[in-house]
Amino acid sequence: MTAEADDPADVAAAVADAHRREWGYVLAATVRVAGSIDLAEECVQDAYGAALDTWRRQGVPRSPGAWLTTTARRRALDVLRREQTLRRKLPLLAEPGVTDGPEAVVDELDALDGGAVIEDERLRLVFTCCHPALAREAQVALTLRLLCGLTTAEIAGAFLVSEATMAARVTRAKKKISAAHIPYRVPRTAELPERLDAVLTVLHLVFTTGHTAPSGAELVRTDLVERSLDLGRVLAALMPDETEVRGLLALMLLTDARRDARLDGEGRLVLLRDQDRSRWDGDRVTEGLTLVQDLHYSQVGRFGLQAAIAAEHAVAPSYDGTRWARVVALYDALLREWPSPVVALNRAVALAEVAGPEAALTEVDRIGADGRLAGYRYLPAARADLLRRLGRAAEARTAYEEALALADNDTERAFLQSRIDEVRGR
Amino acid sequence: MSEYLILIYGDEQAYAAADDAARMQLMEAHNRFAEQVVEMGAKMLGGNALQATGTATSVRSDVVTDGPFAETKEALGGYYLIDANDLDQALAVAKLCPAPYGGVEVRPIMSFPEE
Repeated sequence: MTAEADDPADVAAAVADAHRREWGYVLAATVRVAGSIDLAEECVQDAYGAALDTWRRQGVPRSPGAWLTTTARRRALDVLRREQTLRRKLPLLAEPGVTDGPEAVVDELDALDGGAVIEDERLRLVFTCCHPALAREAQVALTLRLLCGLTTAEIAGAFLVSEATMAARVTRAKKKISAAHIPYRVPRTAELPERLDAVLTVLHLVFTTGHTAPSGAELVRTDLVERSLDLGRVLAALMPDETEVRGLLALMLLTDARRDARLDGEGRLVLLRDQDRSRWDGDRVTEGLTLVQDLHYSQVGRFGLQAAIAAEHAVAPSYDGTRWARVVALYDALLREWPSPVVALNRAVALAEVAGPEAALTEVDRIGADGRLAGYRYLPAARADLLRRLGRAAEARTAYEEALALADNDTERAFLQSRIDEVRGR
Repeated sequence: MSEYLILIYGDEQAYAAADDAARMQLMEAHNRFAEQVVEMGAKMLGGNALQATGTATSVRSDVVTDGPFAETKEALGGYYLIDANDLDQALAVAKLCPAPYGGVEVRPIMSFPEE
């Protein structure tokens, strides 16, 4: 502890910072002792509440995470001692050894003093949140709640559902984890690729939801972007040998590097073509490119390939100076790895720079014909842009209007409206 | 260890239309499954095949009705009760369970504290 009491505002900021950075770490360490996610969450919540008081009186500790962990674990032990009898008969997590009563728990607590053990706990928590027996939306909600410390209201706001709906979703998922005995462990090597893919998909979903908010006035939900970068860094540190983990982190860094350049002075959307590349975040670009350079191309998967595409944009001197043939080739590789119509659409947009808008339009229409992208706003938007470039103003306008009807984000809507005005003026 | 019920759902008409060779094959697959469960370190506590839903009778309050509780294309055709370490092991077992005319559902058995 520092010698003198700190300013209340500083203490509140320190608690908020510890909440953002350390929540998942503290919770994971506490779950191991508590044997139940619910109890652990309660105790961690209490610990953060106690931090506000105690740090105000005694100063902010040198290691807030360690202080919070110790406090939350002590609380969990107190509760367990009170409920010892019941708990021995009702193990809540399929993890032998954690519910054997206070003695065993104290041993566990001692064993947990090493940081590496807790890091491993955090990884277990990640895989439990993203277990395939849980629906994708529940995986996302649990990850944000348990690992990133977002409140149910915050998660509900990000995914456009009511708080009651989100609360029910989280409760149901937690109940299933305990009732169905979803194991609290890192999967075995044989299952790891499939299970890891689910984790990365969840993380990427959180990131993309933040990168372009599904609705509302803000283009970017900074909180979601920052949390997914934090968690991506944690995963990359915890699983240094997993190429796809580093690929996803690189993809997120290189994409987010463009954040400031995506809006002009008046808050209008600026497309990649027109972005002021000097406004890209140089640190993020460097960090992302370093990760991409270290990828082993023999093991690279869909996230690594997307990172490689993002890296092509990051190193290009300008939109026209981009190595588009390479970008298309990377999309070809990505399509083989991940045959998704969204990937095919992105490839078509890149193809326009190699083979011209006419060829790209043929491709976009072919992709649209199978119906899987019905309701996906970027399909008519991409089509509209190609038609505009081909001088087919009337058709372009119809397609932009189609995209506008599907777009819910105010910034995107304003952009599409400006394009409609532009082609109408022709 | 925790207990799980593996419920086998399938298209009854497809099963009814199967020839003897297909049924024999299915029977052998179930026999093999029982061995695999043990090899995997889980325990087989029981299981049965059920007569078709045409033989089912539903009782709701006092009212007795001919037919299954819910009419579905894929009906419950059999079950296994197993004991597994956790859901991962139960799902690994379930993946091996023969269900050529549909699929299986895994349900954890509810345990009550003994006071």
